[in-house]
Amino acid sequence: MTINPAFAPWLDPQAKPIIDFQSVTKNYGDFTAIDNIDLKIYPREFFALLGPSGCGKTTLMRMLAGFETATKGTILIDGQDMAHVPAHNRAVNMMFQSYALFPHLSVADNIAFGLKRSDMPKSEIGGRVDEMLRLVQLGKFAKRKPHQLSGGQRQRVALARALAKGPKLLLLDEPLGALDKKLRHETQFELMDIQEKTGTTFVIVTHDQEEAMTVASRIAVMDHGRLAQIDTPDRVYESPNSVYVADFIGDVNIIRGAVDSCETESAGLKWSEGSAPIRALPGPDLKPGARAAFAVRPEKVSISQTEPTDMHNRVQGKVEDIAYLGNMSMYFVRLADGTLVKAQVANVRRISRRGITWDEQVWLSWTDTAGIILPD
Amino acid sequence: MNFSRKFLIGVPYVWLLVLFLVPFLIVFKIALSDYAISIPPYAPTLELANGWQGIVDLISGLDFENFVFLLDDDLYWKAYLSSVQIAATATVLTLLVGFPIAYGMVNAPDEWRPSLMMLVILPFWTSFLIRVYAWIGLLSNEGLLNSFLLWLGVISEPLIILNTNIAVYIGIVYTYLPFMILPIYASLEKLDASLLEAAQDLGCTRIGAFWSVTVHLAKPGIIAGCFLVFIPALGEVVIPSLLGGSRTLMIGKVLWEEFFSNRDWTVASAVAIILLLILVIPIVLFQRNEQKQREAGK
Amino acid sequence: MRKLTWFNTVSLTLGFAFLYIPIVILVVYSFNKSKLVTIWGGFSPKWYGELLQNQAFLDAAKVTLQVGVVSSTLATILGTMAAFVIVRGGRFYGRTLFSGMIYAPLVMPEVITGLSLLLLFIAIGMDRGVTTIVLAHATFSMCYVSVVVSSRLVSFDQSLEEAAQDLGCTPWDAFKSVTLPIIAPAVFSGWLLAFTLSLDDLVIASFTSGPASTTLPIKIFSSVRLGVSPEINALSTIMIALVTVGVVTASIVSKRAIAQQKRDEQMAEQ
Repeated sequence: MTINPAFAPWLDPQAKPIIDFQSVTKNYGDFTAIDNIDLKIYPREFFALLGPSGCGKTTLMRMLAGFETATKGTILIDGQDMAHVPAHNRAVNMMFQSYALFPHLSVADNIAFGLKRSDMPKSEIGGRVDEMLRLVQLGKFAKRKPHQLSGGQRQRVALARALAKGPKLLLLDEPLGALDKKLRHETQFELMDIQEKTGTTFVIVTHDQEEAMTVASRIAVMDHGRLAQIDTPDRVYESPNSVYVADFIGDVNIIRGAVDSCETESAGLKWSEGSAPIRALPGPDLKPGARAAFAVRPEKVSISQTEPTDMHNRVQGKVEDIAYLGNMSMYFVRLADGTLVKAQVANVRRISRRGITWDEQVWLSWTDTAGIILPD
Repeated sequence: MNFSRKFLIGVPYVWLLVLFLVPFLIVFKIALSDYAISIPPYAPTLELANGWQGIVDLISGLDFENFVFLLDDDLYWKAYLSSVQIAATATVLTLLVGFPIAYGMVNAPDEWRPSLMMLVILPFWTSFLIRVYAWIGLLSNEGLLNSFLLWLGVISEPLIILNTNIAVYIGIVYTYLPFMILPIYASLEKLDASLLEAAQDLGCTRIGAFWSVTVHLAKPGIIAGCFLVFIPALGEVVIPSLLGGSRTLMIGKVLWEEFFSNRDWTVASAVAIILLLILVIPIVLFQRNEQKQREAGK
Repeated sequence: MRKLTWFNTVSLTLGFAFLYIPIVILVVYSFNKSKLVTIWGGFSPKWYGELLQNQAFLDAAKVTLQVGVVSSTLATILGTMAAFVIVRGGRFYGRTLFSGMIYAPLVMPEVITGLSLLLLFIAIGMDRGVTTIVLAHATFSMCYVSVVVSSRLVSFDQSLEEAAQDLGCTPWDAFKSVTLPIIAPAVFSGWLLAFTLSLDDLVIASFTSGPASTTLPIKIFSSVRLGVSPEINALSTIMIALVTVGVVTASIVSKRAIAQQKRDEQMAEQ
């Protein structure tokens, strides 16, 4: 059972989407970049398009910005068909991956650039620029040029510039890729803050699933031009609808086999002769006897030296490797049939005090609802 | 295609068609025409007033007479051969002079490099005519070089350099030196002293290391430089006119004289066409080499 | 660490001596009182005076400058357009021919280019004069300009133009406000290159000029065929001096710009 967040317009049948992709396809010659996609994004969402390189997420974003046109289908922004609306006439602004700051203009002029081409009276532009500079905490850097700024500062100018016109929709193309890890984490929270404060709909494109999980209200996982799954971060993580999604998000153990039983609340996977079927939550479209895969996250796998007779799902194996990562340890356990299963344990005790060591025979176990069985 | 795209492509395209391609086709047509004592000094000309018949008359009046003439008369094919030989020799000389300079620049301390670069480029921006002219005063019988050598006592009679092929070589090397130095310098810049040390560590002598590492690395630059010298040198007019003698046969000069002195435009055009055909080979080779370099760089 | 071997030092010294001694001698002898090269008659700037009173030379200089400025401006506009077509044009009907025409003048001998243009002007009945030289120079210079601007365009970040459009610019506005200011140095170099080529051109100008439109190189060439003349030395010295000032200034400006860039980058670290 997942908990519904307070903010969930996608569940409201009366809600009007701000972005509506209707059967959109994009072909480049023989190559299909976007394959018949239907997608609705609602106002005030922080929506993430997630996937590996070449999955089509950037193409989708560029179609929203107006730099690509759909080969087939309709794109509506705020109910308006964008078919003949060029990029410069859309109430959409974009923050580019390379920041695309104009090198010949100062920070203030960069931010004012879009304002000068809007209806805003000249007298108000200066004030708005100051407001934006305060929002991203770059007040003292107004007169500097982009090459006089560090990477993080440039990123904030790009954000300020994109927000200056108060667009309905802000597109962010891999905005945090160039930043180091610590700065990335800080900036993620700043972005969420700014999004809530300004009430703008954000659509972010990223290949970093950690980033998507942190900032997004909903994630769309993409695969070769198709939407694999659209859901809130916790549902995508806990209830992936396919092996692809399960594998893409976070770390996962996959055990392959055939569907043994399938009911509404629980399913079973027959995976090896002589072992009891694994019990787990059922994924979509399971047919008894069909090939399937069992997916469970490493942190939900318990490891012990004695047999946990109270758990239905239990297997035996030999510890092949141990990775010590400071806050947690990852045990790599080889089962009798050759499958490698990872068990992640938080280091609540010092590792030297835990008995398990290399080459030891151990028991792995997990609850009946820890994993999910997915079609293969 | 929207209007602005049509405009952007169309304007330079039409310009080049009218002022580059069409003139070129006219040269070809005139090469096929006959000499006539008229203005213009060739026949047949296109009389559009005669309509279609005019065009038929034009085409029937064309022939390959001029090309046959070129093949028959010694002067022309000797001039072509001589041009190729002079251009090739001059290219090799330019390489021999230019390579050590480029190599020296590469080994120079970093602070000197911009200044050295400026010193190489400066002659390029100076008038080419003036630089060739400078050598007239130097190489003539009463010129500075001879006076200097006579004064030194090295020679007893002035050396005849001006108005010979030797002066032409000096002129070409002098004028085209920057075109040889710059590509070689660009290739050698990537030279790392540690490569040479590694080669020597593996058993090469210093000369051996120089040959297998340095020269090999410079090969693309050397090839580019040679083409950049050879191709224009082949069609040179000014240098053979000012520094060469009456016996210096270069095809550019021949064409010039054919046109201005003899007023035989038809032969001049035929000479031009053949020159172009000769040049096609090195030009295509050059393009192929550039293409290879670009792909190797990827 | 690279070191200068004795071979390097010798070749650099001899090499630059070879490049510059003729020029130096030219300059020195422009001040020679005597007309003959071999005899030093004493220091005298009189040839400069004679030069500046020589109407033929002054007229030729005027024509040369006119042709230079007009043709290089034309060449810059056309060449920049051609560069955009080559780099951004994508596929269009007749593209191979276009690329061929843009690069061919760079390798074609000037005699052929000059000959062909003259024959064109005669065929269409155009009188030879300043206009025909301008047309001829613009045509071959635009190819050089397009090479210079192309190489800048290839490394130009197109997302800057997209950002401009995203913020509300029409494509033309984006070009004017963002692209052009950024590629301006390359466009200016192209102009300068076209100007130098025009100023220096002898062969093509000889073919395409008329009786009243003698350019400076044509005048120099016809004088020089008669032998060395100190007036020509004086003219040469003036031209060399102008070019030297230009190149040295450019060098200093570029050194300063690099130093400024370094300072800016350090500022960014704070």
